[in-house]
Amino acid sequence: MTTTVAAPVTAAPVTKAKVRRGWTQHGLLFVAPFLIVYAVFLIWPTLLGLQMSFSSVNIAGGNDRFVGFDNYAEAFSDPRMWRSLWNTLVFTVLSTIPLVFLGLVFALLVHNLRFMQWLWRLSFFGPFLLPSAVVSLLWLQMIYPPDFGLLNGTLGTDILWLGDPSVAMWSVVLTTVWWTVGFNFLLYLAALQSIPQHLYEAAAIDGATAWDKLRSITLPLLRRTTALIVVLQLVASLKVFDQIYLMTGGGPEDSTRPIIEYAYDVGFTGYRIGYASAVSYILFVLIVIVSLAQLRLFRKREEVTS
Amino acid sequence: MTKRFSFGQLVLLVVTLALAVIWLAPLAWAVATSLKPEAETTKIPLEWFGSEITFDAYALVLGTGGIVKWAINSTVTALVVTFMTVLFSAMAAYGFARTQFRGQRALLGLVLAGIMVPPQVLIAPLFAEMVSFGLVDTWWAIILPQVAAPLIVYILFKFFQDVPAELEQAAFVDGAGRWRVFFQIVLPLSRPVLGAVSIFTFINTWNNFLWPFLVSTDPNTMTLPVGLANVVQGTFGLRYAQIMASVVLAGLPLLVVFVLFQRQIIRGVAHTGLAGQ
Repeated sequence: MTTTVAAPVTAAPVTKAKVRRGWTQHGLLFVAPFLIVYAVFLIWPTLLGLQMSFSSVNIAGGNDRFVGFDNYAEAFSDPRMWRSLWNTLVFTVLSTIPLVFLGLVFALLVHNLRFMQWLWRLSFFGPFLLPSAVVSLLWLQMIYPPDFGLLNGTLGTDILWLGDPSVAMWSVVLTTVWWTVGFNFLLYLAALQSIPQHLYEAAAIDGATAWDKLRSITLPLLRRTTALIVVLQLVASLKVFDQIYLMTGGGPEDSTRPIIEYAYDVGFTGYRIGYASAVSYILFVLIVIVSLAQLRLFRKREEVTS
Repeated sequence: MTKRFSFGQLVLLVVTLALAVIWLAPLAWAVATSLKPEAETTKIPLEWFGSEITFDAYALVLGTGGIVKWAINSTVTALVVTFMTVLFSAMAAYGFARTQFRGQRALLGLVLAGIMVPPQVLIAPLFAEMVSFGLVDTWWAIILPQVAAPLIVYILFKFFQDVPAELEQAAFVDGAGRWRVFFQIVLPLSRPVLGAVSIFTFINTWNNFLWPFLVSTDPNTMTLPVGLANVVQGTFGLRYAQIMASVVLAGLPLLVVFVLFQRQIIRGVAHTGLAGQ
């Protein structure tokens, strides 16, 4: 990144010194509006959250004392924190595998079908465009009810999809896969379209079957895209909140409560916003670790393409 | 790959069709339920069609619920967020990519580091901040935090780096200033990438739930997802046809927009999602 920043400058015209002075003033003016919003609504809350995680502040701003690592010590000995962290990790693993795999399968199918593309795209990507509240209402009210819901009614089963603690997490994953697989599907579709056609033509001359082409051209060339999609999906799944909060409220018996919901519970219904910050920052550290992997991935990609 | 319709294509078609039917079934079920008379919505064994097709549920939802107001709130806030995000991010990206100033590298590093910060972990401090600003229950509380999107700056920064410098220099020679070059040459050139990030930002904002949910308690400022969440908590009681009519009405706008602008939306989402490429 840093090497290319200088490129336009070296190509500057004769009046270099003069122009550059002008650039100096303008440059700051160009970045100022974003930087002000960014500083006030992202940088400052990040620092404030860190400070709050070391204090006993409540939601009204009262009882603001420095308590050192007390919040973190409490969090690490809090069974409900561990339960919600565990739920978040379980959800992340259970959702990432089908979301990446099905995204790839859908993209391969649609890419190789040469007609009615718009219909396939609408079917698989459409749900991604729905707000979480729409998705949750639909599944909670008309698909998961054990008596008149679409699932039991169609399958002839008698499952308590959201009421049974050993089933609820799977149901949440099922809804999430239906809702968001379209995003990965689109990313894979874009990657497939960028594979040069002549590779397949050359393979066809050599007598390769469709299966050969998939195994030795398509899948190897999708490896980087897959790595990127996996990381994006891990980060997205770790941040899960909406559909779980709206469909199960974290229950039954805390079996689906994710860590963001726990932070919300202790902060916004328990009013302990300092403790909520500490719980949030535990997740924050996890996400930063995954994101750093993502940054490394981007950098490698740049080295290859440039 | 041949364009001939072969046995392989037939197998592909059958598999894809089956999956598409499964994927569309929940939406079809919502539509089917919303068109039934209320008394027939919970019939066992389930039936896809009621004794008659009625739009009563839609009339009731549109007449009594806040859904129209919430949809307007969502549209306005999403448009304002998209406009501010794209304008501010484009300016910042241009400043970082095409000008030089003191502290540039450090500030760019600060912006890039922010890509890793998930807004969801900032709800507690951000809420405390909104309380001290007195912005709770206003549109600005919903809008401003969503404008701080470092990923968009990064995507546009990478794009502006590749804009040929000769284009700008020709304009400088003609006596144009920085701002004119930016607004009249660079921005028009960047229309595809600006469209892509606009679409991406709009969809995300339109669907955002957690933050608007925390800062709006007044039904008059609620966005569509937040208003519907209140429906989950029982405003409509157990009137399933009406609930499904709300689901259809709330889900429809973006689906219709998608059918109309499929190509642009797919490119926008894929381009922004694959930002690292």
